[in-house]
Amino acid sequence: MRTSLAGLELQNPTILASGILGFSAESLNRVAKGGAGAVVSKSIGVEPRAGYPNPTIVQAEAGLINAMGLPNPGIDVYIDEIEYAKTILRIPLIVSVFGYSADEYASVAKKAVEAGADAVELNVSCPHVQFTGAEIGQNPRVLAEVVEKVKAAVSKPIIVKLTPNVADIAAQAKAAVEAGADALTAINTLKAMAIDPETMRPILSNIKGGLSGAAVKPVALRCVYDIREELPDVPIIGCGGVSDWRDAVEFFLAGASAVQVGTAVALEDTEVFQAITKGIETYLRRKHFGSVKEIVNFAHRS
Amino acid sequence: MSTSLIAANTIRTTEIVQIRTESPTVKTFIIPDRLCSKANPGQFLMLWIPGIDEIPMSIMDAADGLVSISVKQLGDATTHLHNMEAGETVGVRGPFGNSFTESRGRVLLVGGGTGIAPLLFLAKRLSAKTERLYFVEGAKNKDELLFIRELSGFCNEKTLITTTEDGTYGLQCMVTEPLANLLDREKFDMIYTCGPEGMVKKIFDLTEQRKLPIEASLERLMRCGIGLCGSCVIGKYRVCRDGPVFTAAQLREVKDELGISKLGFDGARIPV
Repeated sequence: MRTSLAGLELQNPTILASGILGFSAESLNRVAKGGAGAVVSKSIGVEPRAGYPNPTIVQAEAGLINAMGLPNPGIDVYIDEIEYAKTILRIPLIVSVFGYSADEYASVAKKAVEAGADAVELNVSCPHVQFTGAEIGQNPRVLAEVVEKVKAAVSKPIIVKLTPNVADIAAQAKAAVEAGADALTAINTLKAMAIDPETMRPILSNIKGGLSGAAVKPVALRCVYDIREELPDVPIIGCGGVSDWRDAVEFFLAGASAVQVGTAVALEDTEVFQAITKGIETYLRRKHFGSVKEIVNFAHRS
Repeated sequence: MSTSLIAANTIRTTEIVQIRTESPTVKTFIIPDRLCSKANPGQFLMLWIPGIDEIPMSIMDAADGLVSISVKQLGDATTHLHNMEAGETVGVRGPFGNSFTESRGRVLLVGGGTGIAPLLFLAKRLSAKTERLYFVEGAKNKDELLFIRELSGFCNEKTLITTTEDGTYGLQCMVTEPLANLLDREKFDMIYTCGPEGMVKKIFDLTEQRKLPIEASLERLMRCGIGLCGSCVIGKYRVCRDGPVFTAAQLREVKDELGISKLGFDGARIPV
């Protein structure tokens, strides 16, 4: 079920979402063997970050709330992992990038691409770390500056991962695309929290985190739909609560050409990718379609 | 661990019912929890110390609605826990991870430090079904030698071998020293181990030289406990989800990292 996406050739339209298992090349390769069409690394910055103390994850109703705090070894160390990953992976490697300024995004993206990344995904949507992530993605002017600087620094496809924690996600999407984004991922997690009634305190060490999983799927679908209404052509990667073929198909119908899977890797396992792909194939055959491409945007027809 | 179990395994807050002092640095905490009381030897739980941290702990015993963990005072989180009293509230998720297979015939259990805790749980399960159970336990000194009384219930003077580094109890040597001799003298159907990774590595080398089956419980820095964050990986395996118990075949696959390197909290490779 080959899929083309902003210049990337995928064997199938399922992609490992950033933050899941993305520290080591061998973890990424295991996900590849589980059937992913591409993998996205952990978000990598200029300097190493240890992330937040535990609890960094809480199981909520129909999803997970996490505030890992962007733990990463810094690009200068991660370069080795990218280079090693490129020797063992047979699918595209997308490196997720974050920074505290447009220059930092550009510098990390450049090093990642030089080390072999097939594309970069800009994390302008992490909801739980100050001065980066969503704090950049929520401001169209700053977002555009980041995308422009990265665009000038690298020649590989630039994917911008958007935050749903805005009034109008289509406006953010438009700013990103006008600044040069080749594709969009929608969505990152929804800002959320969990409180324990016995101890009467928030559970996450960072108090607030991001909600993922089945609970956010309807929001993510609406975001993809809204972006597609605003931007008829940009490739969109749907992300949020995908755990089976039905979820994936819903995202295609809303306007996505591929989907990312994160939380389901914990709830199912790394083989979830091949199960989703198999289910999509069966669905397409049953509905007499020859490819995913033929059903993208289908829900928009009047 | 099946899918539905992970999805349904939300954090539960509960009161510590009993605290036992096992050594100058180790205390056992007994906690009521329905899910964890059904754990098998080798599994672990995530223990939330409210306002401080959440840490993975091997399960030392589980029965009748209660779960026990034996905790060494090492850092901030475990110091806070050691200062808690019965009746105070902690949070629990789990049980997570796989468990030891329960072999029949002749078995050998080897542990060091608080690595003894899951092996004691295993010994309890095995004692009824094995033909002979050898237990080799090592510690720094007599005071830190854990659960000798409990283990005496499953072993006799010949089958319980103890070592201390300072010679204050049992043989004065590392726990691995009496093993070569024992492995050459007796036939074993399974060898189980848990403890410091340097020790596990040495024991694995000994069983490999003799082509003996082994199951080793490993430890890594852990965050999510459910196979998602990738902090606790060794090779392609996640200690929290694919382990913590690994077979000889799996240990062979990760021999470049076993006893050598692990990921730090920032994901960079650091020495074990």
